[in-house]
Amino acid sequence: MTFEEIKEHLKHFTVGIAGAGGLGSNCAVALARSGIGKLVVVDFDIVNESNLNRQYYFYNQIGQYKVYALKENISRINRDVILSAVNTKIEKTNVAQLFYECDIIVEALDKAEEKEMLIECVTDDFPEKPLIIGLGVAGYGNTNSLKVKQIDNLYICGDEKSEVSDESPPLAPGVGIVANMQANLVLEILLKSL
Amino acid sequence: MTITLNNRTETFKFDKLTIEELIKLKNFTFKALVVKINGKLIKKNEYTSAFFVSGDKVDVIHLISGG
Repeated sequence: MTFEEIKEHLKHFTVGIAGAGGLGSNCAVALARSGIGKLVVVDFDIVNESNLNRQYYFYNQIGQYKVYALKENISRINRDVILSAVNTKIEKTNVAQLFYECDIIVEALDKAEEKEMLIECVTDDFPEKPLIIGLGVAGYGNTNSLKVKQIDNLYICGDEKSEVSDESPPLAPGVGIVANMQANLVLEILLKSL
Repeated sequence: MTITLNNRTETFKFDKLTIEELIKLKNFTFKALVVKINGKLIKKNEYTSAFFVSGDKVDVIHLISGG
């Protein structure tokens, strides 16, 4: 399949990204470069200087809302991508409304409890939609332990072990690998029908 | 009974277990879990009532922070 054929196919699809931090911003950029039609990116956070070690933002964007900063960055990479930037906190009550139009949902949230909430809501509201979660992204090295596991419509990317802490921070290589694993899975699922 | 737990074969000396009993038996200590029995999501308030028997497929995913 040529890149032109891939882009032609991908432009018909919408991907939801829950969170615009390390996983979400990098996954969104990879999907935009690949030619996805539309991204729905949801976050309520602001770009902080400490985010620049792994997230797709720049010095001059510190203090801006992440979803708007990401929309600007993606417009500088691929003008054909439609990015719906939703500056809100994801909660039980708004998951269905936020992601109903998405063909696939990428989970890119920070806290374990938030991940749990999103998985429960998506499984309830959209049992047929593929959900790709990031699990175990902290630290460095051990690249071979990063893998993809599938349970029905739920896909897990990461090592399922490395939790973020002061002694095991999230770093650009590991987070970037997992974010791109998530994007790679999106392409695999969407291009399967070709 | 013999079940498939997280893609591995596991044998218990009981014929039937609830999710709460499984969590105790296996010492699953994580506070955030996603549990599925034969692909069906089991919510926290169902841990004491949802059960599995021989031949079932059970998945317990430990959620950890980082994203």
